[in-house]
Amino acid sequence: MPIDKIVPDVAAAVAGVKDGDTIMISGFGFAGVPNDLIHGVLDAGARDLTIISNNAGTGTEGLAALIGSGRVTRIICSYPRSKGSDLFDARYAAGEIDLELVPQGTLSERMRAAGAGVAGFYTPTGVGTDLADGKEVRRFDGRDYVLELPLRADIALVQAYRADRWGNLTYRKAARNFGPVMAMAADLTVVQVREVVPLGEMDPETIVTPSIFVDRVVHIDNDREWDI
Amino acid sequence: MSGAVSTSTEDVGFAKLSRLQIAWRAAEMIPDGSFVNLGIGIPTLAANVMPEGKEIVLHSENGILGVGPGPAEADRDRDLINASKDYVTLQPGGSFFVHSDAFAMIRGGHLDLALLGAFQVAGNGDLANWTTGDRRFPPGVGGAMDLAAGAKAIWVLTDHVTKKGEPKIVEKCSLPLTAPGVVKRIFTDLAVIDVTGNGLVVREMVPGLTLERLQEMTEPSLALADDWKELSVA
Repeated sequence: MPIDKIVPDVAAAVAGVKDGDTIMISGFGFAGVPNDLIHGVLDAGARDLTIISNNAGTGTEGLAALIGSGRVTRIICSYPRSKGSDLFDARYAAGEIDLELVPQGTLSERMRAAGAGVAGFYTPTGVGTDLADGKEVRRFDGRDYVLELPLRADIALVQAYRADRWGNLTYRKAARNFGPVMAMAADLTVVQVREVVPLGEMDPETIVTPSIFVDRVVHIDNDREWDI
Repeated sequence: MSGAVSTSTEDVGFAKLSRLQIAWRAAEMIPDGSFVNLGIGIPTLAANVMPEGKEIVLHSENGILGVGPGPAEADRDRDLINASKDYVTLQPGGSFFVHSDAFAMIRGGHLDLALLGAFQVAGNGDLANWTTGDRRFPPGVGGAMDLAAGAKAIWVLTDHVTKKGEPKIVEKCSLPLTAPGVVKRIFTDLAVIDVTGNGLVVREMVPGLTLERLQEMTEPSLALADDWKELSVA
């Protein structure tokens, strides 16, 4: 039977998202954010969510809308405060959202570890800072390293550029960012793409995320975007 | 560079550099052939004022090598932005890669230099640039701790004093550290200062500024380099 991961719409793409889920959301700034899938989660009504994303949204739509809805109780990210991150800032100031701040390289490597079956890793990042508090520190070759543990999710929402029905992906420019590591690190990886091409048409030398990491693909011709 | 010297001389007898001029001064000192990360804030402006005649490859934490200057408005691409979320271009030879590879380059010691912003820098090179501890201003570490731990050298680009006029170059950081003892050189709107084993050494000052006046705005004691010169904007 042919493998076909293409689903007809956003609702089908995010079907199964439930209260208490941990959700990874790709993107850096406004590049590579799967805004249509985020609004699908919003429409699905799930609550008490933990979000893992580099930023915490700006403006009033996308991740900012999800946070503004009050359905996100916890966020794991490296850089929540940005120009226009007012909805997050207000909830944070009011103590309505928990923040786990993670150095950006540690964030992406924890995802890679989860996807690659690695139980943890020692990094020099954060040694001697508050972000290493309570973590094991071990010395290798005269230098201190902090033990960091894998980071996985129930669902990863990823924006890519092109896909086929197996779920092979390519990305566009700096919109790639966290997509490939998030796709590896979730039980269910859902991708929105601007183009779907027939199987065999993508150059195997240039596929960035191989099909094995992807569960569902939805074609969004004109993805939502807005000024920030 | 275009833009010329700041005209905000007020009545203090010297002119501060603009943010772009701080970035320009640092960019001029980057060795030819370097791979350099530009951090959020003043550092990302350096991509617009890179010295001609040198081949320097700019790295952006969001998965770009070969960052070029900002595009004309009509050429903006929402998929091509830098750490400050400003639109950029890609140089010939540039490449895109996943975040974990961007940080393998950083953490793995492959970058010659990183230019970072700062809330505070101490005389011993301690850097604080990720949190003020004020809940109204959520913290943001981004890639700063990875860069501080992994790049071969860290230069800081910052205003010399805070908006309230307090020194940002301090005896000991009162804010939580990004990394201890990593800063090698500080570029401010007033001076270029090296962090050495023998303390802070002023290499350049803006015209009209004296060491005494600069010292009043700086906590650790400053020494003037024998070969110091005026920080003049070309």
